[in-house]
Amino acid sequence: MLSADLGIILPEIVLAVYAMVALLGAVYTVKDGAASLLVWTTSGLFLSLAVWIGLNGSGTNVAFNGMFIDDGFARFAKVVILVSAAAVLLMSEAYMTRRGLLRFEYPLLIALAVVGMMMMVSAGDLMSLYMGLELQSLALYVVASLRRDSLKSTEAGLKYFVLGALSSGLLLYGASLVYGYSGTTLFSGIIQTATEGEVSLGLLFGLVFLISGLAFKVSAVPFHMWTPDVYEGSPTPVTAFFATAPKVAAMALFARVMHDAFGGAVSDWSQVIALLSVLSMFLGAIAAIGQTDIKRLMAFSSIAHMGYALMGLAAGTAFGVQAMLIYMAIYVTMNVGTFAFILSMSRDGQPVSNIASLNMYSKREPGKALAMLVLLFSLAGVPPLVGFFGKLYVLRAAYDAGLAWLAIAGVVASVIGAFYYLRIVFYMYFGEERDDALDRSKSPMLWGMLMASAVIMVVGVVNLFGIEGAAAAAAATLVN
Amino acid sequence: MDNLLSIVTFLPALAALILLVFLRGDDEAANRNARWLSLIATSATFLISLFILFQFDPQNTGFQMVEETEWLLGLQYKMGVDGISVLFVMLTTFMMPLVIAASWDVSHRVKEYMIAFLVLETLMLGVFMALDLVLFYLFFEAGLIPMFLIIGIWGGKNRIYASFKFFLYTFLGSVLMLVAMVAMFSDAGTTDIEQLLVHQFGSETFSILGVQIVGGLQTLMFIAFFASFAVKMPMWPVHTWLPDAHVQAPTAGSVVLAAILLKMGGYGFLRFSLPMFPVGADLLTPLVLWMSAIAIVYTSLVALVQEDMKKLIAYSSVAHMGYVTMGIFAANQQGIDGAIFQMISHGFISGALFLCVGVIYDRMHTREIDAYGGLVNRMPAYALIFMLFTMANVGLPGTSGFVGEFLTLVGIFQVNTWIAAIATSGVILSAAYALWLYRRVVMGDLIKESLKTIKDMTRRERAIFAPLVVVTILFGVYPAPILDTIGPSVEALVSNYQVALAAADAAVQVAANQ
Repeated sequence: MLSADLGIILPEIVLAVYAMVALLGAVYTVKDGAASLLVWTTSGLFLSLAVWIGLNGSGTNVAFNGMFIDDGFARFAKVVILVSAAAVLLMSEAYMTRRGLLRFEYPLLIALAVVGMMMMVSAGDLMSLYMGLELQSLALYVVASLRRDSLKSTEAGLKYFVLGALSSGLLLYGASLVYGYSGTTLFSGIIQTATEGEVSLGLLFGLVFLISGLAFKVSAVPFHMWTPDVYEGSPTPVTAFFATAPKVAAMALFARVMHDAFGGAVSDWSQVIALLSVLSMFLGAIAAIGQTDIKRLMAFSSIAHMGYALMGLAAGTAFGVQAMLIYMAIYVTMNVGTFAFILSMSRDGQPVSNIASLNMYSKREPGKALAMLVLLFSLAGVPPLVGFFGKLYVLRAAYDAGLAWLAIAGVVASVIGAFYYLRIVFYMYFGEERDDALDRSKSPMLWGMLMASAVIMVVGVVNLFGIEGAAAAAAATLVN
Repeated sequence: MDNLLSIVTFLPALAALILLVFLRGDDEAANRNARWLSLIATSATFLISLFILFQFDPQNTGFQMVEETEWLLGLQYKMGVDGISVLFVMLTTFMMPLVIAASWDVSHRVKEYMIAFLVLETLMLGVFMALDLVLFYLFFEAGLIPMFLIIGIWGGKNRIYASFKFFLYTFLGSVLMLVAMVAMFSDAGTTDIEQLLVHQFGSETFSILGVQIVGGLQTLMFIAFFASFAVKMPMWPVHTWLPDAHVQAPTAGSVVLAAILLKMGGYGFLRFSLPMFPVGADLLTPLVLWMSAIAIVYTSLVALVQEDMKKLIAYSSVAHMGYVTMGIFAANQQGIDGAIFQMISHGFISGALFLCVGVIYDRMHTREIDAYGGLVNRMPAYALIFMLFTMANVGLPGTSGFVGEFLTLVGIFQVNTWIAAIATSGVILSAAYALWLYRRVVMGDLIKESLKTIKDMTRRERAIFAPLVVVTILFGVYPAPILDTIGPSVEALVSNYQVALAAADAAVQVAANQ
């Protein structure tokens, strides 16, 4: 039995062992000498694991008496997480080397965080959930303050840690209540006590606390306060990472808990999530208007996007989960491209994140400006770009589930949100030329990621690269 | 050719892609190549689109030359034309080469400029051909992106404000339509416009939060679509984005906006609002008619006091679009025939008027009416052409402007004589502002120093106006080609509308008797 269980979690074991061995090995090298190599091997490993999981996995396998579930849903989320983590890692190498930030711990902490995320999306028990979540979070707290000599970066790390610990506390409290009132920590056990209309008050409280803790991780309003500060303070590659893989993992975990453990009581949590969703969409859209720092702006943008993804979840249907998965996959692709652009923004070698510095950028680098234009309109959800389809899926899911008001709120928020994306376009295309131009970036990696992401946004209109079918299959394994 | 429509639609986009990928540098030679390639591409599109016209059978009221392929989310890529849309397709392909030729003197970022217009053409053509709800929405909304850039990059002094206003205003209008489309998708289980046209959407009264919604789902959907199309049209009181956008846009942008983009609203009413939500449309017809009547009189009065030529013509466009909505919602053969005719002819006339402004703007770099006067002394050819289109704008018999206005007035007279009376006064007002503009700009003595050296139209400019002059007079004297093409489809539309209303009435009767 044990060997069968180990076989199921083999990808996680491989990654964890790799991280530990590399950590030991790197100690014996000259100061950070192996860092660059480790970045490449780590992302190579991510990609090969993604291929492995994507191609080999089949059926639903349960390990360790239900603590760990390997199903289509988990595999879909894992592939997205691994690919986006690899992309972000590759993007950060040049940036960090140039600024002396690249320490060998960085790729390994990311690898450990990814192990945590893979545990999260496969969790079948409140304890394995917490284990994955904490492994991920602890690794992320450290990378947030990677720039030890920067006040902002350490502040970001500390803030993230304190608030993260608070949310973990909420989550744990919720978990204890759920355990107390259902008598088990296994999702498959909880779902038997949590049936429609018969959820006991204690269990309901536990559910709400669980949702609060999870909402913190996906940075949904009103648990979003840490996001702008952490995004702004962390080194940009780390911000790029925060905006992608962990969001997918947290969102997938959210869906997992809601459907696997509370799938019998959809009406009890759907309205709570609908509220989180509408608040996130509006706050994300409105608060971003006044931002002048592009990293802060992207923080609010990600809050708004989480609102849309939650809209799919609020539907409480298989189609809703499918819509959420598609939305997250599209969101991650857009963000990788956008952050590739942000990483390439520098003046005299110093990173710049002020939006005004993009003045007339289109004149100097028309190709990159055009790619960014495509990404911005895609983020705003303007057709014919792929970002629009993400919105279309979640709108349809919400409408079909009888949440027409949520759909209307969503589209109104998207108009407000369009304004700040347009503002960046305005700086790049309509502004006046100024002397303090940004450097011409020479990194082929960033250029490639930016262009690839923009091209995907345009070409994806044809069939979304077949992701629809995969997401539908994944959602079907979670909701039945 | 099985996929003629797709070829026509995507040919300009292909040219744009070629420009984007292969054209390097921004010297004069590159600019010249960009201009010529765009002109050739748009002209080729027009020539190929003539095949659509030749193959089109007006007697067949269904969709023709249909192409259909599966797409994602249960949507389809489906294109086709019928009597209502085919002429809009032709209008678009006809205007675009002229638009490109009119922007020959643009020297600022020529490549991007041409790409924006070529992409815009593809998107506009797609709007008129799409036979799938979401595909329609895709083209409809995507047109905002190039237009936003055209106004924002190549526009006038206050272009930033105008471009943001244009984008956000129209975006807000159409997102509600998106929600309605999702609702239709769920209700009918398909997004195929052909099937939706025969699908009966619910019209039972229900209440939301205690408010009675008479006409039920149909009313709500009608309102959502109306929000989008009314902004696009634009109808009073949501027209305020148009004068700003027109004034700030470059000449070619104004021409496209007035000649084609505004027609999407009218087309939308004919394609969706009337046939799909007859009960909702019938309920709200009085509102729409009064809004149109107010638009005609109010915007004509506003046009009278304008000091900026483009703004004046923009307001006159709003007034003329008032006739269109009035004709459409008269919901009879003459009214809808007239509305479509008016849209086509307004495409030529307002396009030509904006080009007329462009001609003198290129020379004097001002659009202030006060800066001109007595142009006839130095620009006789210009004066003649400007006069023709001024008269056409007024609706003088013998020009295409007359036919459309007259038919819509005939149509509305059968429905509501009050509206007809008010709208007719708009004809007089339009004569007032248009002729006054003409007098102030062209007539009189040439006393302004700055105008003493102004040159008459170049050969290129005359060549641009020539086709517009021909069609304006041709369709004014002999409107039959247009009316014959649209007639059968309009007839089918009107009779389906009446049948649907009668059926809904009968259902209400039955429910009342039980």
